[in-house]
Amino acid sequence: MNSIILRVGTQYLCGLLVLFSLYMLIRGHNEPGGGFIGGLIGSTGFVLFALACGTADARNALKVMPQNIAMAGLGIALLAGIFAAFFGDALFTGQWLFINETADSKGIPISTVLFFDIGVYLVVFGSILSIVFAMEEEI
Amino acid sequence: MTWTLATPLVLPFLTAVLAFLARYGAAGRWFSVAGNAVLLAASILLMVRVLDQGVIAAQMGGWSAPFGITLVADYLSAVMVVITAITALAVSVYALTDIDARKERLGYHALFNILIGGVVGAFLTGDLFNLYVWFEVMLISSFGLLILGGNKDQIDGGIKYVTLNLISTILFLSGIGLLYGMTGTLNMADIARTLDTVENQGLVTVVAMMFMVAFGVKAAVFPLFFWLPAAYHTPAFSVSAVFAGLLTKVGVYALIRMFTLVFDGDVAFTHQILLWVAGLTMVTGVLGAAAQNDMRKILSFHIVSQIGYMIMGLALLTPLAVAGAVFYLVHHIVVKANLFLIAGVAERTAGSTNLDRIGGLYKSAPLLAILFFIPAFSLAGFPPLSGFWAKYVLVAAAIEDQGWIIAAVALLVGLLTIFSMTKIWAEAFWKPHPEGADPALSQLTPQARRHLLIPIAGLAAMTLVIGFSPDPFVTFAKDAAAQLLDPTAYITTVLGGKA
Amino acid sequence: MEALLAITIGVLVATSVYLMLARNVLRFIFGLVLISNAANLIIFVSGRLTAGAPPLIPEGADGPVGDVANALPQALVLTAIVIGFGLFAFALVLMFRAYTTLGTLYSDDMRIAEPRTEDTT
Repeated sequence: MNSIILRVGTQYLCGLLVLFSLYMLIRGHNEPGGGFIGGLIGSTGFVLFALACGTADARNALKVMPQNIAMAGLGIALLAGIFAAFFGDALFTGQWLFINETADSKGIPISTVLFFDIGVYLVVFGSILSIVFAMEEEI
Repeated sequence: MTWTLATPLVLPFLTAVLAFLARYGAAGRWFSVAGNAVLLAASILLMVRVLDQGVIAAQMGGWSAPFGITLVADYLSAVMVVITAITALAVSVYALTDIDARKERLGYHALFNILIGGVVGAFLTGDLFNLYVWFEVMLISSFGLLILGGNKDQIDGGIKYVTLNLISTILFLSGIGLLYGMTGTLNMADIARTLDTVENQGLVTVVAMMFMVAFGVKAAVFPLFFWLPAAYHTPAFSVSAVFAGLLTKVGVYALIRMFTLVFDGDVAFTHQILLWVAGLTMVTGVLGAAAQNDMRKILSFHIVSQIGYMIMGLALLTPLAVAGAVFYLVHHIVVKANLFLIAGVAERTAGSTNLDRIGGLYKSAPLLAILFFIPAFSLAGFPPLSGFWAKYVLVAAAIEDQGWIIAAVALLVGLLTIFSMTKIWAEAFWKPHPEGADPALSQLTPQARRHLLIPIAGLAAMTLVIGFSPDPFVTFAKDAAAQLLDPTAYITTVLGGKA
Repeated sequence: MEALLAITIGVLVATSVYLMLARNVLRFIFGLVLISNAANLIIFVSGRLTAGAPPLIPEGADGPVGDVANALPQALVLTAIVIGFGLFAFALVLMFRAYTTLGTLYSDDMRIAEPRTEDTT
């Protein structure tokens, strides 16, 4: 597609979409959102990029092959699940760490659940992009 | 406890990740071999635990059953996981030579290990929806493996495979929905417990039939098997072997699990249908094989006919018959995967798997001939190979139950199987090569010979071990059958919180 | 409401069966999409239709307050939709590949893996 409006617009939109997807990812633990939705939104940014500037440019902008992103995400999600077992809990039990915890505030919660969600984000992001890029290049 | 149950499930996925990220070098394929070796060790550990304690269960994420996902292993699950690991290890060694660098770059090893992970997951899960998810994991990776390389016949076979399996998946999903609507739970043990209290037992039977059709497609029973002979002869030999060994057997496992644990209310109706299906599957499969003239196509049709035997054991539902089905499953996976691996070597040396175009393998490659002889005649049920004992137990069970017709069919199909196997023997091994070629194994590099023949020899040795000392295996199968027919221990372990 | 959804499911299944009986595999996968949506609806209805709030636990509480919707079927349907989406994408690519390599979308003409045997010649 060769439209200058789309190309210029995409430059801003792609970044915004990825940023918004990260927001959705982190917001996901207590409110609607999460890794799956985040991954979908993030991949939309690059799909838009591929539509506007072609898949070759989109792959360049992404730097890493989308398949690798997806598989790395699977690895992160698995490790986050296994992590619980080192503390004697059942697999995939959430492990929590509260940074700067005080009596009335929980501080900054870090959990394996978040890392699992990041894994999901990457799996969705990577697999959607691999499918879309493959389809774009084929047609 | 959690570790023992979860390790065989997690390992293949870790292996897949490593193998995928290293797919451009030689490391990827060795990750696959090493991962599957560890998987075998983990599954043997699981087996030891299960032999010690009967049934073991673990609740994922610490959510107690029936709310969370339960992993559970009884004798049947444990033995299936062990045999999966053995097959996976054998095939991953074989794939060192069989799979070229192009297919490796496309992610063969990752897909293969994800497939193994899906199979193990299906065997270990105690949750119906989770079973669906594992079926999908298996399905997606098997799609990828099937069309990897993109030959015309692969695409053609792939379409038939994909479409029919998708229909089965959707039936399975609808069945899960209806079952959930009736019982309000998805934990299989909990469903088994509450299903008797459902008012509308007629609806239960309807749902049972939906599951029968859904798993029937997966297991390739009559009249739902058409995708199998259309697809199984098209991909790489490693892929065919692991498909032939494991995929349909997951369908059989799911049938056995559901129709002993959950749907045991209307046995007179459902298992009568299963018995008919079993007989017709055996006969059509073996007749289809008789009409074929290609090694892999003959073997594909034989998968169908052999599935009939396992379903027959399930349909008779006596302790001896179910034990026969379990024994048959184990024996069949080893034998069938091995036969496909051997077909691969035959193609590499003699140039084809079409029986008209090859020959002379007995004279020029006697080692391969012996290695073929063992699984082929075990498949046909020659004493004292493993297939003989498997068929013996099943026929004995049929006669004990006065199922004269099914016993006769089983024996007749055994005879026709011998016909097919002797056909391969006579055409590929005995008669001279039509082009006067000398298909000796020495054409292969020593490294290729090691990679191809060691797994074949290993699986053949297993067939011999089962054949010459069947007693421990039959005893084990009887214990497994006793557990299946009296699922109290299964249900209490899953729900009792002995995690 | 149940009756309406039951009819919808019925119509979806009927349409998809009609589509899936077509020789054109593209129509077939459209049928497949419809029937998988029918299956998703079955799961959804199986969880009973109740007018309830989203099952979110307010801050500080141990459980949801008041009438809430059954969350399990929603989670199941979401999973099924995701899986269905992946399968559909795969099937679509496969059909396209079939069209380019085999040159046809008619299932009757797809005879490369199982060639016709010569008729008694």
